[in-house]
Amino acid sequence: MRILALESSCDESAVAVLDDGRGLLSHVLHSQVDLHQAYGGVVPELASRDHVQRLLPLVERALAEAGTCADELDGVAYTAGPGLIGALLAGAALARSLGFAWGLPTLGVHHLEGHLLAPLLEPDPPTFPHLALLVSGGHTMLIEARGLGDYTLLGDTRDDAAGEAFDKSAKLLGLPYPGGPHLARLAERGRAGRVVLPRPMLERPGLEFSFSGLKTAVLHAVRALPASAGEAERADIARGLQDAVVDTLIAKAVRAIDATGLDALVVSGGVSANHSLRERLGSAARERGVRVYYPRPEFCTDNAAMIAVAGLARLAAGERDAPGIRARAQWPLVSLRPPAAMGADA
Amino acid sequence: MRLLALDTSTEACSAALSVGDAVLERSVEAPQGHAGLILSMVEALLAEAGVALSALDGIAFGRGPGSFTGVRLAASVTQGLAFGAGLGVVPVSSLRAVAWQAIGVSAAAHDGVLVCNDARMQQVYWCAYRPGVDGLPIALMEEAVGAPESVLRPAGNAWLGAGRGFRAHPALANLVPGTPTDAFDLLPQARAVLALARPDVAAGRLLPPSEALPIYVRDEVAKPSSARPSSS
Repeated sequence: MRILALESSCDESAVAVLDDGRGLLSHVLHSQVDLHQAYGGVVPELASRDHVQRLLPLVERALAEAGTCADELDGVAYTAGPGLIGALLAGAALARSLGFAWGLPTLGVHHLEGHLLAPLLEPDPPTFPHLALLVSGGHTMLIEARGLGDYTLLGDTRDDAAGEAFDKSAKLLGLPYPGGPHLARLAERGRAGRVVLPRPMLERPGLEFSFSGLKTAVLHAVRALPASAGEAERADIARGLQDAVVDTLIAKAVRAIDATGLDALVVSGGVSANHSLRERLGSAARERGVRVYYPRPEFCTDNAAMIAVAGLARLAAGERDAPGIRARAQWPLVSLRPPAAMGADA
Repeated sequence: MRLLALDTSTEACSAALSVGDAVLERSVEAPQGHAGLILSMVEALLAEAGVALSALDGIAFGRGPGSFTGVRLAASVTQGLAFGAGLGVVPVSSLRAVAWQAIGVSAAAHDGVLVCNDARMQQVYWCAYRPGVDGLPIALMEEAVGAPESVLRPAGNAWLGAGRGFRAHPALANLVPGTPTDAFDLLPQARAVLALARPDVAAGRLLPPSEALPIYVRDEVAKPSSARPSSS
């Protein structure tokens, strides 16, 4: 089975072709980072306008790079939510119409299921059941994954996502947009222990996260800088923030490992590309005999390859879209079910 | 000529299909429901005509101005259908579509049609047209968006007004005395988009599917953060 997949839930337009026998045949992406830079954040209307221009040329490129054509495809998958509704609709409308014209089944995929399954694109992929830590600019979740569409949410953030703490702190430190990766690079030059920020929710039991207090702590640290402070002092704050976020993520992940007894941990989402997180989580997991699985860095952030993985798994099981073009800004991950023939997962 | 046309730029959601001289159409006024309806309308029209998508000569769509989400929907669906079936596309102005419909509403002689579509936010999308020799409207100006007070009627007294902008802003009717008020209820329809695209298709002026793109007219949708008034 071979499918085309489209992703357009936020500020990346992406298209991929995946074959269940030959693997990933192509994946292409256009990032809107430059477009939104002047606004200091994603402007939903501008994102939608850009997707409508970018997606079809990306489809043409993905098909060409895969050396395939419509006759060799068996389905079309796309991100149906959650995300920016106008951005999602651009992908949904194009994917559904392509499917209609080609006479192929289509399926709207849950963006986070894509992130969860992204490590399946790597050699030696994880198997079910496993624990998943999904960390991005929009989400911080610990999930027990027993099978495709069989997910239990163990912990979620009460306010900001981990990636949001990075982005907002980066803004306070005067780093360019998007701030998260810039902050992580600055943190590499920071000295450990010079700036110590709170580890939110660590003293409390459970697997909930809360990161909104960290940006206030960073704001105080920035304000306390002497006028003579330079790059080194700002790097110390970045280091303090990164250590606080990483410590918290690791502590909760370890708690979840202990609580579930699972021996495999999938870490996915934009923040999972963070070096410090990978290094320290790796050693914490090794001590417990737990194996950690990551997607390659380019599949940590939004991409269509992961949507293809989720779409192919469900299309192969016979799941199909209901009639009409549909997308959902809100769509709880736990409302997903194992693949059902004829799209009954509403 | 076998031509499919779509328009989802306003509250109206419509599709039309021409096979020879016959035109089949589906149209409903369904605010919000367009995404759920448009593909099934296309499917029903093709089935009724017994024509395959790939047997068409092209696809026309209402490219706006209008609802941002609506014009993107028509553009994206047109892209997908046209690319999938190997067809060319023809973008048609949603204001010009209303002008064409207004010419059909009024048999009386007139200087032209002043179209005002409701743009929300206390504004209208507007443009003035005179009828060409073939009866198709010719734009006399660039399409504009603005407050009702900014709308200007070109010279001449016998102007028809058309479009829901006249309903949203009744004072605009003073610019177009004597217009049958039916014309103020007009919303762009796929039937008009189809009629306006015919000459382009006949002349082979079709665009590749990736150029099925919206025209928003209202282009200032966000302010760069550096331009924002600073509170600190």
